[in-house]
Amino acid sequence: MNDASAITTNIVHARGLTKRYGTAVALDHVDFDIAAGRIVGLIGPNGAGKTTALKAILGLAEFEGQLSVLGLDPRTHRTELMQQVCFIADVAVLPRWLRVADAVDFVAGVHPRFSREKCLAFLARTKIQSKQRVRELSKGMIVQLHLALVMAIDAKLLVLDEPTLGLDILYRKEFYQSLLNDYFDEEKTILVTTHQVEEIEHILTDLIFIKEGRLIVNASMDDIAERYTEVMVGVDKVEAARALNPLNERGIFGKTVFLFDGVDRKRLAELGELHKPSVADLFVATMKGTYA
Amino acid sequence: MNTPTTTKNSNPVQTFFWLLKREYWEHRGGFFWGPLIAGGVVIAITVLSLVIAEATAARHGVNLNGMNLDTISHNMTPDQIATFNAGLTVGLMGLSLPIMVTLCFVVFFYLLGALYDDRRDRSVLFWKSLPVSDLDTVLSKIAAAVFVAPLFAIAAVIALQLAFLVVITVWTSLHGINPLPLLWNPAPLLSMWVKLLLLIPINALWALPTVGWLLLCSAFARSKPFLWAVAVPVALGVIIGFSHLLQQFSIPGTWYWRNIVGRILFSLIPGGWLGIGGSGSLSALTTGDNVNFPFNKADFIESILGWDRMFAALTSADLWIGVAAGTGLIVAAIYFRRQRIETSV
Repeated sequence: MNDASAITTNIVHARGLTKRYGTAVALDHVDFDIAAGRIVGLIGPNGAGKTTALKAILGLAEFEGQLSVLGLDPRTHRTELMQQVCFIADVAVLPRWLRVADAVDFVAGVHPRFSREKCLAFLARTKIQSKQRVRELSKGMIVQLHLALVMAIDAKLLVLDEPTLGLDILYRKEFYQSLLNDYFDEEKTILVTTHQVEEIEHILTDLIFIKEGRLIVNASMDDIAERYTEVMVGVDKVEAARALNPLNERGIFGKTVFLFDGVDRKRLAELGELHKPSVADLFVATMKGTYA
Repeated sequence: MNTPTTTKNSNPVQTFFWLLKREYWEHRGGFFWGPLIAGGVVIAITVLSLVIAEATAARHGVNLNGMNLDTISHNMTPDQIATFNAGLTVGLMGLSLPIMVTLCFVVFFYLLGALYDDRRDRSVLFWKSLPVSDLDTVLSKIAAAVFVAPLFAIAAVIALQLAFLVVITVWTSLHGINPLPLLWNPAPLLSMWVKLLLLIPINALWALPTVGWLLLCSAFARSKPFLWAVAVPVALGVIIGFSHLLQQFSIPGTWYWRNIVGRILFSLIPGGWLGIGGSGSLSALTTGDNVNFPFNKADFIESILGWDRMFAALTSADLWIGVAAGTGLIVAAIYFRRQRIETSV
């Protein structure tokens, strides 16, 4: 391997990652690296290829191109990989007939890096009873159970695919809070997809926008704060702002908000008040025309 | 292990044990309660018949009392005792039929759902997020189907037979008959049970084509695995029948149904391989040549569950061709288990 160093330092290393379903291209020669100790948000509209990318990383789908996860090829080493990689898909993937105590026993039995004590400690903070079956739990409790199982595994990479879909705000907040406070450290890496961007943007260290199988943005949150600027412009300077080729503009309280990519701050400051754009605004701006 | 980061490894034996336990948790109803309920129904019918018999006898003034089985048994020749034992064993085996039928149905539908149900409810994503290979997963389902489920069924058979003997003992005692010396002869009972256990591996080998085909349909189907499993071979059979394809090769038309359909759909039936033994009572029974059971030889059970028959089966091409075909189907099932996660429902 020519770039072995990249493979060992990066948790995920993808070059020319491509996936076709028949004639439709779900991933189109995508390159990215995910370093250890990062929390990466993979954000994109429905059908952009997020889940396809996650499935490739988890060894759940075939693909073309080069992809290594923890130095392993997920297609051929899924079993070994799963000792170091955890995965929560959207809610309701725990089998409905499974009892809570049996779920803990089972994972303890097959997973060498699982800590029963940790898991039981997490469960003790919830209202989940060990005799209950998954079908008797609410959606939020099922996610709590899954999270307790996963956080008790000492893994290198945690992949979350819409983990809080359909949950109320209390469960959603608690979910990410637990992850940050009780799980995440510099040894661990989290890759998360979600549509509730505004709820996770403060915990992300890196952001990947994906649109129609291609990466539109792939940068750290610091870089993004550097690159993108929002300016609130009065009516008199709108034309001047448009001349600078903004990514997006929207009206608010009789003024116009422009989003710029990589334009010098000093020049923008002359036009009006500068803001740091939210990830959601950035998302809307970069995904313009997706469903049109 | 070439994983630089792995410090601890899974213990494969332990993993397999937990996989089997997982199957038991999910299918306790079929594996454990199914055979037990079937046995319970048999016992209930037995007790009910005895009660009705008693009531009828009382109404017609028939007196069963005073018969002395004890004396009868004393006056029996060893040959007659052996015949009685053989008859009893056959009777007890017959009683167990509902349990075996239940087992067949349970295992058939278990296998059809084994690699499909978790895809339908998407829990496959949870199972696949654990360090368990698809090979181990499929093997655990095979082991559950051909070892775990039959063991529970045989336990139910033993429980049923003991319960039946107790019922008969109580009933005969009520009529002043001491059934102990005849009914509770441990030797034939034990030998029957041991043989039932010994048959499990032969039944398992024989069942492999069905196991493999059902698992393949289960892993492959995006919807309705039952239709795939049944409609495909039947449709093919109809086409072959209409086109007289086999006759072209001077193969009888029934060949396909017996050797393909029969083997990929019906080989779960315990003792399906018994016909291989040749000139025994069973082939006589099926051909209708000679339906006289060799009761007088006291070896009916001996003849269907005989060592020579097991040996004949184990050395037959039929069995091993089936094993080879079944293994091929299982390999295909493992392949699709790796590839296919979604269903269309």
